[in-house]
Amino acid sequence: MIYREAGQYKTSYAADMAVFPLRQDRIGIAVIIALAYSMAYFGTDFLLQAVLIPFLIFALAAIGLNLMVGYAGLLSLGTGGFMGVGAYACYKLMTAFPDVNVIVWVLMSGFFSAGIGVFFGLPSLRIKGFYLAVATLAAQFFLQWSFNRIPWLVNYNISGAIEAPLRTLFGTAIVGPTASANARYLVVLTLVIFLTWIASNIVHGRIGRQWMAIRDMDIAAELMGIKLLQAKLLSFAVSSYFCGVAGAMLVFFWLGGAEYNVFNINQSFLILFMVIIGGLGSLIGSFFGAALIFMMPIGLGIVLPAIFEPLGIRVGAETIEHLRFMILGALIIFFLIVEPHGLARLWQIAKQKLRVWPFPY
Amino acid sequence: MNALYQIFVEPFVFMGEAPDLLLQTIWEGFVSGILYALIALGFVLIFKASGVFNFAQGIMVVFAALTLVGFHAMGIPAIIALILAIGVMFLLALTVERVVLRPLVNQPDIILFMATFGITYFLIGLGEFIFGGEPKVMIADELYLPRGRTDLDVAGGFVSIQHIDLAAAVIAIVMIAVLGVFFSKTRIGRALRAVADSHKAALSVGISLNQIWVIVWFAAGIVALVTGIMWGARSDVSFALQIIALKALPVLILGGFTSIPGAIVGGLIIGIGEKIGEFYWGPLVGGGIETWLAYVIALLFLMFRPQGLFGEKIIERV
Repeated sequence: MIYREAGQYKTSYAADMAVFPLRQDRIGIAVIIALAYSMAYFGTDFLLQAVLIPFLIFALAAIGLNLMVGYAGLLSLGTGGFMGVGAYACYKLMTAFPDVNVIVWVLMSGFFSAGIGVFFGLPSLRIKGFYLAVATLAAQFFLQWSFNRIPWLVNYNISGAIEAPLRTLFGTAIVGPTASANARYLVVLTLVIFLTWIASNIVHGRIGRQWMAIRDMDIAAELMGIKLLQAKLLSFAVSSYFCGVAGAMLVFFWLGGAEYNVFNINQSFLILFMVIIGGLGSLIGSFFGAALIFMMPIGLGIVLPAIFEPLGIRVGAETIEHLRFMILGALIIFFLIVEPHGLARLWQIAKQKLRVWPFPY
Repeated sequence: MNALYQIFVEPFVFMGEAPDLLLQTIWEGFVSGILYALIALGFVLIFKASGVFNFAQGIMVVFAALTLVGFHAMGIPAIIALILAIGVMFLLALTVERVVLRPLVNQPDIILFMATFGITYFLIGLGEFIFGGEPKVMIADELYLPRGRTDLDVAGGFVSIQHIDLAAAVIAIVMIAVLGVFFSKTRIGRALRAVADSHKAALSVGISLNQIWVIVWFAAGIVALVTGIMWGARSDVSFALQIIALKALPVLILGGFTSIPGAIVGGLIIGIGEKIGEFYWGPLVGGGIETWLAYVIALLFLMFRPQGLFGEKIIERV
């Protein structure tokens, strides 16, 4: 009833190809963005710091990985490493040129991880599928090792960790121990919206179509005149760029400091979960996946004690932790069985249903 | 120049000067290679028969070993505990097939791969829930595994060989031989290979996919149990083992996902390669290169043979 395209005529090619062809969609996205910005004023510190900021950052990383896995069909398990490159590059740049605005360096740091990504993407022309996935593990382990063993990367810091120095934007602290959660949230939100818009334009344009052609069948794509090596390396570069920026944001806007094992293999797996549970080849799915995978453990941590305590069962913190693992595993399997195409497909189905609601016949 | 000398000359001179040390390193590499190969074997079994890249093999190793130790801690004699642990692995195979694989039949590989992640997380949680997170001691003596060591005099020095390592090598070889015979000579083995070739063709000649999957996961479970016992006897049984199991992945791509001999040869190459690399070249870059050297070795091999050493030749048609 409310979600109908009746009467909305597309009169030009551009209108037909629009990302949000329906007026309701455009209104919806505007409302969501407005709500997201208003959270900076209404949200509590806990909500911003523990939920929303990491959710947005992980969503960005998931978008990055999704560009590669979902659009170009190249399976990668090196996301954590690439995120780390972004974070360490950003740290080096920030400390070497303290006068330049930190946001410039966060956006620049992605180019470093893009370069590293291209290097580790070179074998992708020869190998594919799980072989490629395992090959990208080389990147993961090698990069993690370098973060640990090359003291130059942490400015010869004795602790071996990087810490966020104080940086400001328009006189407000946005990076460093004194930056408020609200300020950091605003910056993160703006950056994520901006980068998502870029990603959306990439995948809807020529490059994205090339990637999808390669994903669906690379030999056929090659016969059609797509240069495989260039397109695949470009997907490694773009994907690593997004992951690198997400990594830099993770450290400087959320954690405030990091050791080398923040970017361990589990981080890579976590982001892959988000992509797959959210939906391969869907940007909105990346947000859904990040929300589910990141918030589920937090939610379970709150819900489980609430269930057990009224029953008089005393449960220790580690039992909760174990149950969380079990439920997380079970839920992953459950979601895969119910909807192997991810939450994005559920979202599509819901929209289809909504179009004919309330009179389906 | 100095750097080149340090990389290309010095380690070899050192090898020549102390051949016993080289032999010792190779032996160490051989043993860890055998254990990598055992883990990889579990992967290969499942990949061959169902095309599922089973990420849960590592945690299955831990889980199997924990079950065995757990049963023994309840006062059950070691041999009966072993049989019970095998029973648990059978139940696990049955459950995985029924709950995870059957509803996901015909889905893309990556979805099944993800599902095994789900299994991994579930088993980590379950294992810690039941047995607790602290490391356990493997009941090596009760299972009549030898201990102690022998020092062999060779090449002007000595090489010390742990008996447990020797036993691990022998058991691994026996198990691989048994699996080889099982795959090539028995009725079930032929059915397994048929399923591996083509699910549809196997179904059409009356092979039950579900049954085959249970058998394969059970076989992988037994391999996991043996691996768990051997790893456990060398160090102890803990969840850290699951991380070590990731080392089986380069072994797999080196040997090819579908080849049992490939798993063995790949395991040995990786095991020996990384021990020698760590011992002779590691100090040049500050050590710890064991964590990624295996992957780089595998990557270099892949550049020349994309299907691994023994993998089936990939033929692509449009």
